[in-house]
Amino acid sequence: MFEAIFLQFLNGLDKGSAYALIALGLTLVFGTLGVVNFAHGALFMLGAFCAVLFRQLMTMETITIDPTKLSPWGAPLEVRAPLVQAWFGDFGAVLVNYSVPFSIILTIPVMLLVGIAFERGIIKHFYKRPHAEQILVTFGLAIVAQEIIKSIFGPNPIPQPMPEAARGAADIGIWLGMQANVITYPIWRLVYFLFAGVIIGGVFAFLQFTTFGMVVRAGMADRETVGLLGINIDRRFTIMFGLASVVAGLAGVMYTPLLPPNYHMGMDFLVLSFVVVVVGGMGSLPGAVAAGFLLGILQSFASMTQVKAIVPGIDQVIIYLVAVIILLVRPRGLMGRRGVMEA
Amino acid sequence: MLAMPRKDLILFLGFAAAVLAMPIWLQPFGAAYPDLLNRFAIFAIFAVGFNILFGLTGYLSFGHAAFFGVGSYAAVWSFKLLSMDAVPALLFAVIISGLFALAIGFLSLRRSGIYFSILTLAFAQMSYNLAYSVFTPITNGETGLQLSLNDKRYLDRMFFEAGAGLPSPTLFGVTLSGYVAFYFCAFFLIATFFIAQRVTGSPFGMMLKGIKSNQTRMNYTGVNTRPYTLAAFVISGMYAGLAGALLAITDPLAGAERMQWTASGEVVLMTILGGAGTLVGPVIGAWLIKYFENIFSAINDGILSQFWGFLPEGAQHTAVLISSKFVGEGWFLTLGLVFVLIVVFLPGGVMEGVRRIASMIRPNKPTPASADSSATKPHPAE
Repeated sequence: MFEAIFLQFLNGLDKGSAYALIALGLTLVFGTLGVVNFAHGALFMLGAFCAVLFRQLMTMETITIDPTKLSPWGAPLEVRAPLVQAWFGDFGAVLVNYSVPFSIILTIPVMLLVGIAFERGIIKHFYKRPHAEQILVTFGLAIVAQEIIKSIFGPNPIPQPMPEAARGAADIGIWLGMQANVITYPIWRLVYFLFAGVIIGGVFAFLQFTTFGMVVRAGMADRETVGLLGINIDRRFTIMFGLASVVAGLAGVMYTPLLPPNYHMGMDFLVLSFVVVVVGGMGSLPGAVAAGFLLGILQSFASMTQVKAIVPGIDQVIIYLVAVIILLVRPRGLMGRRGVMEA
Repeated sequence: MLAMPRKDLILFLGFAAAVLAMPIWLQPFGAAYPDLLNRFAIFAIFAVGFNILFGLTGYLSFGHAAFFGVGSYAAVWSFKLLSMDAVPALLFAVIISGLFALAIGFLSLRRSGIYFSILTLAFAQMSYNLAYSVFTPITNGETGLQLSLNDKRYLDRMFFEAGAGLPSPTLFGVTLSGYVAFYFCAFFLIATFFIAQRVTGSPFGMMLKGIKSNQTRMNYTGVNTRPYTLAAFVISGMYAGLAGALLAITDPLAGAERMQWTASGEVVLMTILGGAGTLVGPVIGAWLIKYFENIFSAINDGILSQFWGFLPEGAQHTAVLISSKFVGEGWFLTLGLVFVLIVVFLPGGVMEGVRRIASMIRPNKPTPASADSSATKPHPAE
């Protein structure tokens, strides 16, 4: 029984990591700019498609027709030569194999630019407008982003292979002194969890230990006063929006081997991550992270057959149910500050 | 009805005439076929009802598709269990969706602003997920609820024997198909528009507008706003249920995807596009979206190259390539772009555009309606 529970706990971690990362970005945007960003799921999706794009670039081939050889059907044989291997040799093969982690290099600048363009282009005009209009305009942006991706990459999911080394499962039970094959866990999920930990730690360290982060935190607490001190807080907040989209994008990139990216994956995650943000408390960064993991793990427990036997369908609604209860009983969320968006 | 102010009466009569004459004046646009006209009427009802909650009261619900879906299911169940007549189906659907809205509204309206949106969203997603999984005996899961040959139809059986083949929905014996179905839907559109108009002009409607402009002040004046918001929520839920039932009557089939949150998003788009808070706006928004959904998605490369035929060869090819991204499969991209532009530049929707043009033509006469354009309205209870 203990093994089963522990296994469900582990299973919840990877979904929880994704929720936590997306919710972290959402909260960063809400805490700094006060904008309710319905396009955040689309940023997650754009990040995932950065990985797709990177892999397509890395696997570009030259096709030459070799007339001397014939295929089994008697047609001249096509010789495909991967370009990257031709240029970089063995390193090219490594690039293709590790295309998902390597695409982070592409994702960071792309997402930073996309985020800053979003903020400067549209969202900046909506600071003073009501939340309902912010929701509407970002919802529209999300539709636009997802339709652009659909028209470029098509409507079908594009599976992304994980690096060969990360295929298969790790026997975690042995590490903990249990018998072999009791608790096995796919390596890539473990990687995703660790990656999420690094990103979350990085964001918190950035806010806590750098001068830039200090100014941003001060701006979150009292924007006006920071502005009066002669600091261009708007520009810093713009950069924070870029950072939030990078976080969402990275969450998307590393999630691709677990879920083949399609154009509407952002919307699927967005609703859940909004719920996560609300459960954690609007504007609370630790709350968002904690609620992300909490809800991921709860969802995983709810999908156990023993639990489903007691309450049928609980796995489908558990997250929403928690959100409804939290909103009705404690609207500022688990770790929200008193008075922030409390209505 | 005779007690209506003259302006309202003219608006109502004009609207009724426009709706009834739709098969005629939509002819040049290529939209005058019953199937599309039905959708025009049905989604207009949905949007008019949504506007009572969002436009008048200021509560942005992201879960209205749940009531729409419940209305569809209820209507199909009435076909299966009671009778193929449309009247019990409509009654059943409106009552069930009203009760459903009462339950959800009672809980959701404890919060306002973004929390209200997320609560309704959560409830709608719960219903959607449950309709797909546990409630399969009621909803028939992914396949969708359909009529079948061995349905009970107790009321019908009392009077006559079952015929061979699947029956289709009727109204007192008249089969509802083609233009009969459209005029049936059109009747309800006109009736619901009339009710919405009366609600807007009534003291109750004034109360709702007061809640939208400043709920806190309303509370401090000693008004308990909860019953008013709940009533608005239930009314708009019943409108959604009615629309869902009408969709099931014109096509006896109900699927869970009607309850998904993107469907809720669509009615929000319609209302905003046309102009939230106005009476005619949501109707226009619904018509525009349904029209372009049908027309834009039918355009293919052949039509495009004809359209760009006046350009030289190379330019024509490029123009077709670029514009093909915005039509056919990609019409949603056009919708998204238009929607973003509307929210940014014309928050009052098409109706505000009309008003601006009207005031440009008559510059010295400020229209009284522009005073309550939704652009300047503050959010409820913030």
